[in-house]
Amino acid sequence: MVITHEPKQHFKVVGTRPIRHDGLDKVTGRAIYGADIKLPGMVFGAVLRSPHAHARITKLDTSRAENMPGVVAVMTAADMPMAKDKLVDLGEGAVNFMYASDQLMARKTVKFKGHPVAAVAATDMNGAQEAVAAIEVEYELLRPVRDVDEAMAPGAEIILEDLEGDNLGEKVTNTNMASHFRHEFGDVEAGFDAATTIVEHKYKLATVHQGYIEPQNGTAIWDTENRIRIWTSTQGAFTARTQLAGILQIDASRIKVTPMEIGGGFGGKIPIYLEPLAAVLSKKAGARPVRMLMDRPAVFDATGPTPGGWVKIKMGVDAGGKITAAEADIRFEAGAFPGSPVSAAAMCVFSCYKNDNTRIDGYDIIVNKPKSAAYRAPGSTHVAYAIESVVDEICEKIGMDPIEFRLMNASKEGDRRGDGPIFPRIGNIECLEAARDSAHWNTALERKGANGKVRGRGIASGYWFNIGFKSSVNLNLNTDGVVALIEGSTDIGGTRVAIAMQAAEALGIPVEDVRPVVVDTESIGYTDVTGGSRTCYATGYAAYEAAQNLIGQLKGRAATIWGIDGEQVDFADGVFASKADPELKMTFKELAGQLNDTGGPVNATGAVDLESAGGGFGVHICDLEIDPETGKTDVIRYTAVQDAGKAIHPSYVEGQMQGGAVQGIGWALNEEYFMTDDGKMANSSFLDYRMPTSLDLPPIETIIVEVPNPLHPYGVRGVGETPIAPPVAAIAIAIHDALGIRLRQAPMKPARILEALAQKDAPSG
Amino acid sequence: MARVFVPFAMRKLVGGKPELEVPGATLRELIDNLEEMFPGTKERLVEDGALKPGLAAIVGQQPTREGLRAKLEDDTEVHFLPAISGGGPSHETKSS
Repeated sequence: MVITHEPKQHFKVVGTRPIRHDGLDKVTGRAIYGADIKLPGMVFGAVLRSPHAHARITKLDTSRAENMPGVVAVMTAADMPMAKDKLVDLGEGAVNFMYASDQLMARKTVKFKGHPVAAVAATDMNGAQEAVAAIEVEYELLRPVRDVDEAMAPGAEIILEDLEGDNLGEKVTNTNMASHFRHEFGDVEAGFDAATTIVEHKYKLATVHQGYIEPQNGTAIWDTENRIRIWTSTQGAFTARTQLAGILQIDASRIKVTPMEIGGGFGGKIPIYLEPLAAVLSKKAGARPVRMLMDRPAVFDATGPTPGGWVKIKMGVDAGGKITAAEADIRFEAGAFPGSPVSAAAMCVFSCYKNDNTRIDGYDIIVNKPKSAAYRAPGSTHVAYAIESVVDEICEKIGMDPIEFRLMNASKEGDRRGDGPIFPRIGNIECLEAARDSAHWNTALERKGANGKVRGRGIASGYWFNIGFKSSVNLNLNTDGVVALIEGSTDIGGTRVAIAMQAAEALGIPVEDVRPVVVDTESIGYTDVTGGSRTCYATGYAAYEAAQNLIGQLKGRAATIWGIDGEQVDFADGVFASKADPELKMTFKELAGQLNDTGGPVNATGAVDLESAGGGFGVHICDLEIDPETGKTDVIRYTAVQDAGKAIHPSYVEGQMQGGAVQGIGWALNEEYFMTDDGKMANSSFLDYRMPTSLDLPPIETIIVEVPNPLHPYGVRGVGETPIAPPVAAIAIAIHDALGIRLRQAPMKPARILEALAQKDAPSG
Repeated sequence: MARVFVPFAMRKLVGGKPELEVPGATLRELIDNLEEMFPGTKERLVEDGALKPGLAAIVGQQPTREGLRAKLEDDTEVHFLPAISGGGPSHETKSS
């Protein structure tokens, strides 16, 4: 279902559901992924990883490996250039390359299980793995720091000895706290004084992985002319290039990155892991191509998950249910190096509500785990679990309907977000109204299932801010009227077709006459990552701009043919026409057929650097059924409502909403890094790290709300991340509805449900 | 005069005020004027002639993509917040 709000536009291509251009290649196995790369003379890389979460390297001897047959190169941190200890702006974020280098290859201490210690290239993979096993390493074990509370406790083992933390603007040393910031406005104490009901609780979340199906991979050639070529699975070829340049201390323009098809990323393939190692091994091996692949345990152990940690919320309301004050304390595990998504969490935590008295404290805390990476609306799921659970508890205490409460307190255009800035046009209220009016919400839930199972319903909201940033598109017009669309955005979730549709709409041609191609960093202008829910918005906008440029040139060609001034040519619905003579008209395809006689090729470029993609709001409704004997929980009905601004290809918007909901459901019920006492992940396989499959869940129903984004010509907002924000909260609230227990720790697995039920049933005193 | 929402970590430098009115036709002028009013503030915001890495300026309702050249009008709100990046925020810290 799609619900469209004003101002409405009428489209021919936008809003339809064409078959994606890359679909056939992907379902028939013809699409080329990183692991498919085969190059002449190629050798195979393998990595020696730390078995310990925290240890000092006291001996590292690679001599046996170097002398093994088939081994062409061995590397350690000594082969990595010493990157500068400086925060460098990448144009879309900042990174300290010294830390980034240390993360890829340990220098003095290993800081998480799976931390690379050495790497080998050999003529076959088995030989590389045998050589890795022949490397001798001795460790002095150090006490692992396993979570935020251990890290902040007095006397905690310090992981980064030279870390200079920032505590509300004051420098601190000898600390695991990389930063502590605060957002505050209004009078929080007065707001709580005015409250008649106050609820305050802490919510804990485990470390969780994105779980993309395709492991990281990278193939590199570092040639004798000091040029590097990379083939990799990445969400952003240009960002990968910038990271390579910083870590390897080489000019970015000497590096060419070719993005392969991607088997999922969800934020986890923005950082690079193998590519610099493959490049260094290639250089040491005399410029031979080196291909490296991760296995699943390495993906879990050594690539960035989303952080564990906790969120404490305190919220007060007056007798009428109006929010009078709210404060949040958010503490996230950064992993072994600074950089958790705590600042994004702070942006999101109170975004669904109008609140004039706010205080938010955020902490970025170093622990002995892999450095966290982005995961779909990073930080927003954590805080939505907390704030939405508190809101539900307030509704219960004051006896107010949860949608009525949310509508009464909903943020809207002109209200202030929790971290300060004022909202532009947003669709929060429209999403709540769509949920209130939905078939799901208006269908009574049968409270009892078969065999003593009980049922409950939960509703929760979520927010993601969506980003804009830089994108480039080239359009090359062929004489048969077909347009080649050249872009630098890795296709995730059908972005090729969604971008092509925006060009086709502008050009007035069928989308089948636009052929989108994703190319390397030397074949298109700078383009930021496919992430942040930006690609359909920003690269789509670049395609729109390129199409306007193309139309401008074609008006000139039509004018040449008709012998009139270019200003006298109109263009609408794919037809060029003379303003003065209605007989003079030509379709886009007809005019393309005359390029050769009017000046030759016509090519056009669109390049943008955009602000926010328009904030995205969603509301999810979850019905579930629980067996009180076993604690097993089954989701039996689920509806996701979301403001997409304008759904360019509704099927792929629905796909994003469904995918985000399913990942969030897994996060709520099953998924966690199960850690041993010595700080190691014990379940680093998909057998033991349980993600939901199609057999576990009902169809996810979707309601697309369209509140057009005034910043985009077709009204597009980002859609990819918002849908993972509400599910954990919606499930926690549904569990309470079913069983009367409030679970304040995720995952809400059977053991936790049974434990909470036992506590509920235990006699008091 | 633009309305500057002072980051909490800088409030000690401005006498504890959460919000200030500061003149300036551009973000660069505003920060220069802020430095004259409250010495020490500029180094928290600017490095090598640009906004500090990891920092974003919200001008009006949106993070500006024009850096210190962003134009300001009377009553424009200016916020300084952690920058965001693809798929998430930038909130790294340099070591000593």
